[in-house]
Amino acid sequence: MNFDDTPHEAAFRAEARAWIAANAPKQYEDELRRSSLGRTQLTGANVLEVAKAWQRKKAEAGWACLHWPRECGGRGASPIERVIWQQEEGPYGRLSAMFIIGHGMCGPTMMAFASEEQKRRYLPPLASGEKIWCQLFSEPSAGSDVAGLRSRAEKSGDEWIVNGQKIWTSGAHYSDYGILLTRTDPAAPKHKGLTMFFLDMKSPGIEVRPIKQASGQSDFNEVYFTDVRIPDAQRLGAVNDGWNVALTTLMNERMSIGAGVATGFPELFEFCSNLVLEDGLAIDDRNVRSKLANWAVKASGLKYTSFRAISALSRGERPGPENSIGKLVAGSMIQEVAMFALDLQGAAGVLNGPEAELAGKFQAMLLRAPGTRVEGGTDEIMRNIIAERVLGLPGDIRVDKDVPFNQIPTKGRS
Amino acid sequence: MNFDFSDEQKQLRDEARKFLAERCPPKAVRAVLDGKAPYDRELWQGLAEMGFLGVAIPENYGGAGAGHLELCVIAEEMGRSLAPVPFSSTVYLAAEALLLAGSEAQKQKWLPKIASGEAIGTLALFEGKGNPSPRAIRLAASGGTLSGVKMPVPDGAIADFAIVAARTGVSGRDTDISLFLTELKGEGVEVKSLSNIDPTRGQAEITLKNCRAEPLGRASEGWSILTQLLDRAAVLMAFEQVGGADRALEMGRDYALDRIAFGRPIGSFQAVKHMLADMYVSATLARSNSYYGAWALSTNSSELPEAAAAARISATQAFQHCAKNNIQVHGGMGFTWEFDCHMFYRRANATALGLGSLSYWEDALIDRMRKRNAA
Repeated sequence: MNFDDTPHEAAFRAEARAWIAANAPKQYEDELRRSSLGRTQLTGANVLEVAKAWQRKKAEAGWACLHWPRECGGRGASPIERVIWQQEEGPYGRLSAMFIIGHGMCGPTMMAFASEEQKRRYLPPLASGEKIWCQLFSEPSAGSDVAGLRSRAEKSGDEWIVNGQKIWTSGAHYSDYGILLTRTDPAAPKHKGLTMFFLDMKSPGIEVRPIKQASGQSDFNEVYFTDVRIPDAQRLGAVNDGWNVALTTLMNERMSIGAGVATGFPELFEFCSNLVLEDGLAIDDRNVRSKLANWAVKASGLKYTSFRAISALSRGERPGPENSIGKLVAGSMIQEVAMFALDLQGAAGVLNGPEAELAGKFQAMLLRAPGTRVEGGTDEIMRNIIAERVLGLPGDIRVDKDVPFNQIPTKGRS
Repeated sequence: MNFDFSDEQKQLRDEARKFLAERCPPKAVRAVLDGKAPYDRELWQGLAEMGFLGVAIPENYGGAGAGHLELCVIAEEMGRSLAPVPFSSTVYLAAEALLLAGSEAQKQKWLPKIASGEAIGTLALFEGKGNPSPRAIRLAASGGTLSGVKMPVPDGAIADFAIVAARTGVSGRDTDISLFLTELKGEGVEVKSLSNIDPTRGQAEITLKNCRAEPLGRASEGWSILTQLLDRAAVLMAFEQVGGADRALEMGRDYALDRIAFGRPIGSFQAVKHMLADMYVSATLARSNSYYGAWALSTNSSELPEAAAAARISATQAFQHCAKNNIQVHGGMGFTWEFDCHMFYRRANATALGLGSLSYWEDALIDRMRKRNAA
């Protein structure tokens, strides 16, 4: 049992570290490091431009999309090399946020289902950050139950005409392309009437509107489709086989093993170490210490769980199921941590302007936290996944499974 | 990175699991639970013959000369099978204390006997309620003899010898405490068995009256040795707890698959699935924290104090969580004496206390994290 690199890993790490040291945009390092929670913002610079420039530089030197094949613009690296790169990239990895969906989900879907010509044309600029992709799956009435989506695609000659609405589309407003899941046969059971496409986000008939989130920020969009035309050549997979294509996309969700998940714990520990209460430092208070200890072991438990997964990758094995706990644990933890940090501030905890402790860092965390428990699989869906795929418990009973989609009830109480 | 046990260590775990499945089925645990014997003597001898009692004891003291990682995988299996033997007191506490601070003569005398199953040892630390603290120790040493009362002492009624924490000074500092080794079968020792929530591991009150004892380690270093000893034991006990948590989770999962209610397996209801998923989460966090503890223990790392506290807290929580919800999944049947669920519940709650309770380790963890941050 050890934490050491193999000789090959050590050589790869040294090479990555040297290249990053020579090429990373160091002027942004501090700001990127500090912006660990919520969104990345840079003063006096456009994040999108800085991110694209960093991605282009990486691509030119062969450090972009490490896990992709070389002919697609990647490096053909092993999973452990990808983890080492993420560890070394550190705060600059936050500049990859807007590429995650394209690189982690759209790209692999294109690799599996697009034509050779399309792969040659679309994947290298996706890898280099020149083009940004988004994923158009969720709809107002199809969240956890995404196969219940209603956006219609109807065949018209060599084209498909799309009408409907998507929601929670990250980055739609700056994306060049998207992959789109539509309903093509409403008379078939819900999983059997879906078809996947990719499309140009500048196509006529697409309207992108930002969503104002409960946190007050706007990181996501609604996307409206009105008679949007997509060539049949941009269909991914067979007609009405879109659910299987979507499963490929979802299985490729980015493994955040190397980067680690945000729990808010390091921030809270530092805060409590410096906060002076009536009777002294917060960290000397019994109640505070007990809570901190409980969160400390969750944070370290997640850290060493990811180390176990990394070890499996290092041996060339697939990581076990234990990494599936990360988002579930971290999501609710960051919310509790934020609430407790405000609690320690007493009445002044309500403030989130310039007067607030740490410029309102924990207040921002509190307001963003509900989203972390919903996005990318709700806590409840994550528990279902653990129960079914890890523990082998039965799947939920699905009353709409074999019913034609257009006969499934659409309203609860009437 | 290779943050995992080696193939040989995993093989040893499989061997221990197989041996215990055969020699320590639930009915063997029940035999002790129902009070027919204070511990399973046959199993204890079997463990000695397998080399499990002395796995971390060097070969020149009659052990297998493997190491702490090997001991961790065996501890996990002891927890999984709820082995009703004085393993934790003898191996994690007495043997580790000897290895940490014993004189050559003490090691020569006792370690071979531990490895062969001839001697049971324990640590006599507590004097009534409360957590480990030098201030709580009143049992006094004078002229090579000890006088005072220790309780609860794990496996005290069956132990041949004990490491005893005694007061040798009144300065109010940690240096007031020294450790002694005393035989429990001799003059001046009175032992009384105490009823406790987990009868498969005994507890006792030990009264010493001018009982002859020899120093263990240097005088006035007792508390420092004890702190190191508790850290080591915390990691080893964490593996027992992880083993117990995993087994309780499996029992709950299996029952949820088999039990039909409202026309379907109860494991198809989200309320039950999610409860089991949360048990898996705790057990996984505990296992990962315990691996960190094992690494720190086996490499004698300066991170051991922090790693041990994290492993202790996480594994205690996981075993308690899995054991209590295993009963909940079983419903009414889980609350019968006949079903095995309560044996895990008892063990989970007893192991949560023996080395100091959660609040003690929470405090210790934060202290240790602060020290590291300040350094």
